[in-house]
Amino acid sequence: MNFSEVFKLSSLLCKFSPDGKYLASCVQYRLVVRDVNTLQILQLYTCLDQIQHIEWSADSLFILCALYKRGLVQVWSLEQPEWHCRIDEGSAGLVASCWSPDGRHILNTTEFHLRITVWSLCTKSVSYIKYPKACQQGMTFTRDGHYMALAERRDCKDYVSIFVCSDWQLLRHFDTDTQDLAGIEWAPNGCVLAVWDTCLEYKVLLYSLDGRPLSAYSAYEWSLGIKSVAWSPSSQFLAVGSYDGKSHPFLPSALSRRDEIASVPVALQTLKPVADRANPKIGIGALAFSPDNYFLATRNDNIPNAVWIWDIQKLRLFVVLEQLSPVRSFQWDPQRPRLAICTGGSKVYLWSPAGCVSVQVPGEGDFQVLSLCWHLNGDSLALLSKDHFCLCFLETEEGSVQPPDSWATTGRTCA
Amino acid sequence: MGDWMTVTDPGLSSESKNISQYTSETKMSPSSLYSQQVLCSSIPLSKNVHSFFSAFCTEQNIEQSISYLDQELTTFGFPSLYEESKGKETKRELNIVAVLNCMNELLVLQRKNLLAQENVETQNLKLGSDMDHLQSCYAKLKEQLETSRREMIGLQERDRQLQCKNRNLHQLLKNEKDEVQKLQNIIASRATQYNHDMKRKEREYNKLKERLHQLVMNKKDKKIAMEVLNYVGRADGKRGSWRTGKTEASFFLRNEDEMYKILLNDYEYRQKQILMENAELKKVLQQMKKEMISLLSPQKQKPRERADDSTGTVLSDVDEDAGELSRESMWDLSCETVREQLTNSIRKQWRILKSHVEKLDNQVSKVHLEGFNDEDVISRQDHEQETEKLELEIQQCKEMIKTQQQLLQQLATTCDDDTTSLLRDCYLLEEKERLKEEWSLFKEQKKNFEKERRNFTEAAIRLGLERKAFEEERASWLKQQFLNMTTFDHQNSENVKLFSAFSGSSEQDNLTVHSRPRQKKPHSVSSGSPVCTSTLTKSLPASPCTSDFCPTRSCVSEHSSISVLNITPEETKPNQVGRECTNQKWSMASRPGSREGCYSGCSLTYTNSHLEKDDLP
Repeated sequence: MNFSEVFKLSSLLCKFSPDGKYLASCVQYRLVVRDVNTLQILQLYTCLDQIQHIEWSADSLFILCALYKRGLVQVWSLEQPEWHCRIDEGSAGLVASCWSPDGRHILNTTEFHLRITVWSLCTKSVSYIKYPKACQQGMTFTRDGHYMALAERRDCKDYVSIFVCSDWQLLRHFDTDTQDLAGIEWAPNGCVLAVWDTCLEYKVLLYSLDGRPLSAYSAYEWSLGIKSVAWSPSSQFLAVGSYDGKSHPFLPSALSRRDEIASVPVALQTLKPVADRANPKIGIGALAFSPDNYFLATRNDNIPNAVWIWDIQKLRLFVVLEQLSPVRSFQWDPQRPRLAICTGGSKVYLWSPAGCVSVQVPGEGDFQVLSLCWHLNGDSLALLSKDHFCLCFLETEEGSVQPPDSWATTGRTCA
Repeated sequence: MGDWMTVTDPGLSSESKNISQYTSETKMSPSSLYSQQVLCSSIPLSKNVHSFFSAFCTEQNIEQSISYLDQELTTFGFPSLYEESKGKETKRELNIVAVLNCMNELLVLQRKNLLAQENVETQNLKLGSDMDHLQSCYAKLKEQLETSRREMIGLQERDRQLQCKNRNLHQLLKNEKDEVQKLQNIIASRATQYNHDMKRKEREYNKLKERLHQLVMNKKDKKIAMEVLNYVGRADGKRGSWRTGKTEASFFLRNEDEMYKILLNDYEYRQKQILMENAELKKVLQQMKKEMISLLSPQKQKPRERADDSTGTVLSDVDEDAGELSRESMWDLSCETVREQLTNSIRKQWRILKSHVEKLDNQVSKVHLEGFNDEDVISRQDHEQETEKLELEIQQCKEMIKTQQQLLQQLATTCDDDTTSLLRDCYLLEEKERLKEEWSLFKEQKKNFEKERRNFTEAAIRLGLERKAFEEERASWLKQQFLNMTTFDHQNSENVKLFSAFSGSSEQDNLTVHSRPRQKKPHSVSSGSPVCTSTLTKSLPASPCTSDFCPTRSCVSEHSSISVLNITPEETKPNQVGRECTNQKWSMASRPGSREGCYSGCSLTYTNSHLEKDDLP
């Protein structure tokens, strides 16, 4: 395992381009684009203020920098460094900005979720979408980029609008059977939309692309509901992490609840939730399927030191990884069943069915890994600390996945 | 009572007693009255016995007492004491016999009475003890009754208390329920109020939002703008089209079409997957069924012998299934009936298998219960029986031998020397004749062998000649081949590749196998063809059969299968050397990884080596 030198970074803004060739990072008001292989600076752009959000366009040609404080979005072109675009939302303010999947439109959400403005880079046209709902995850694009689903709220009722991204036409508009919709998420196949209700109601609904309700699932009443939701890459499973610390994976095709997986079989350091504060640290706060659909990694927020890895095919606990300090973030290798975990310390932890590795990030001073993101091909990993970032290159031959029967986990296996 | 026993001896006293008891008051004589008094009063009876007798009958009143007794006795049904009077006038005379009879009877009666009395007394005693027992029992039961009564009272008290408690609890429950109801109502009302408030708030919020929207948007915010250096092209290269009312509708339709297409594709994909899964499952079922049938069919003979009641159906099933298997193509149609048939037959088979396995399990458990294997026991028994039999046989044989020996001895003793010599001569003659026959047979065989040998040598010579001819032919052919190769063109290389691909290691193996007997023949027959040497036979298996060597070797083998044998060690060496150098060469050249290049390289090495070889002779 090799590490690059340490580069400066601010606001944990560091992203690989979708084509895997470039790496964009922000230092205060400057945007730096590097070559992934050589780490040479290719472009350097200067924004008007501190950058708060960056996003690559899907074709890796443009980068969007959002300056929320100023209500500004600046777009840079990689091919034409002199090209620039500045979008000012004016007094309406700006709270979120993102690319449309075609990489030629920018969707800006104004303050108070008054509207979503769709700016086109191709034409002068500007479209507005009114009544977007202010919620956990109110906007989602299908993986192929054809459709956008948007949660809306009108007359105290939840609606979902489905737009065609190519021309921003409204394709479907339907009300959802929710009290207070909290989030929506497309299945990776782009044909099923998962809708979940507020944390006070345990309810997941599945809608077809054409707005037909496919099924509904609610585990119980009078209890806190859903905290996180994740689709498996095969669109076969939907994992629902709830506030009671259980995750319910089920087959959306029949929406038959297969099983609920939750257990605290070993004494793990648990955190007593502070009951009198908002957003208590309880429940499954993070969920992620491995790219091969084989594993599901979860983190229970009141057992912050542990990452639970579940065997999806057998629907049982595969391994529990207990760390010394609370897990900050984890992410699966996009190519292999390999999980990278960081805990805010100077080490990065890798788990694969073959075992665990913990690697000290070299360099003078303490490099506290707060976040990480994988490169597309799974060969390198960007490790982000508060002020710096570095790349971690993994040996490719080590990535060969062993067959499942020879799995010997060095972690605490509970199976 | 002891006194009473003494009284029994004199029979009269008892008699008198009885009499006194049974006579009526009126008829009683004064003496009898007196006696009665005595009886009642006197316990020390024995003392008065004498006086009592004397009192009843004295010298003076014999007649009187007799008549009295007679009277009394007749009244009790005894025969009269007097003789039957013949005339009225005649004085009646005492009949001694009658008196004695009467006395005897009275005595018997007395004894009976005594016995009865005894019984009655023992019974009385028994009853008395029974009575005592019952009384004690009664007392006990009374006590028990008392205690249980007390217990009952206690329990009743407790029951009352519990009921009281229960009532209280019921009351409490009711209160709680009421409370819950109240709270639920409150919650519901609060919830409705909350929802109402929320809605109100939300409406207000929406209004405010609307207001804000208007304020922010209508006030011609100059700031809201986009500065672009120049507009970029669309990612798909298309140009943005104008939107008009007409196109809008068509757009919408097109979008919808597309959406349905996507959905349809998804469903189709899923259906395909399901179909595939179905096919896979069907295959598994099919295979399972086949395996089951094959597993169960050999077993079906056994049950047939056993003539189990279930085997009849089993057999028919198996036969039927075998028939079904032949129409396997029908399964491809996912027809409902076919599916049913399949599942049914599988189910049947499964049941059979299950029952069979259960049977086996039972057997196993039985065996376990017995503690040892059944078959073992049988075999042991068999073994023992067999040994017994064998021992018997041995015994018999020994006996036979003994008898024969005895017979022989008898014979030997009885026969003369002459006869024995005669017999010996006979045996010798017979042996001689047999030997002669064998001799002639051997001679014939010898002749045949020689003939064969001659043929063999001839064949070997012929083979040598043929080989020479072949060698020549091969040389000429190789030459031609080389000439073709030198004008190396694509087609040729392809040919070679084809050859090399065609001749795998197996062919090569075949070759070596075939070649060995051929090598040996010339060896054994003659040294006519010196081409084949022992060094070659060694080098053949020892030659490194690496993957890159195989093609070259196989090329050779393909073109002239026998020629391999004829390659002298001197020839193979340069061949190898040449191959190695060229291998290095082509490994450099074929870095891009084209297989064709590799093969052509191989073929080149081959030709190179043969070029050298051809030059040598």
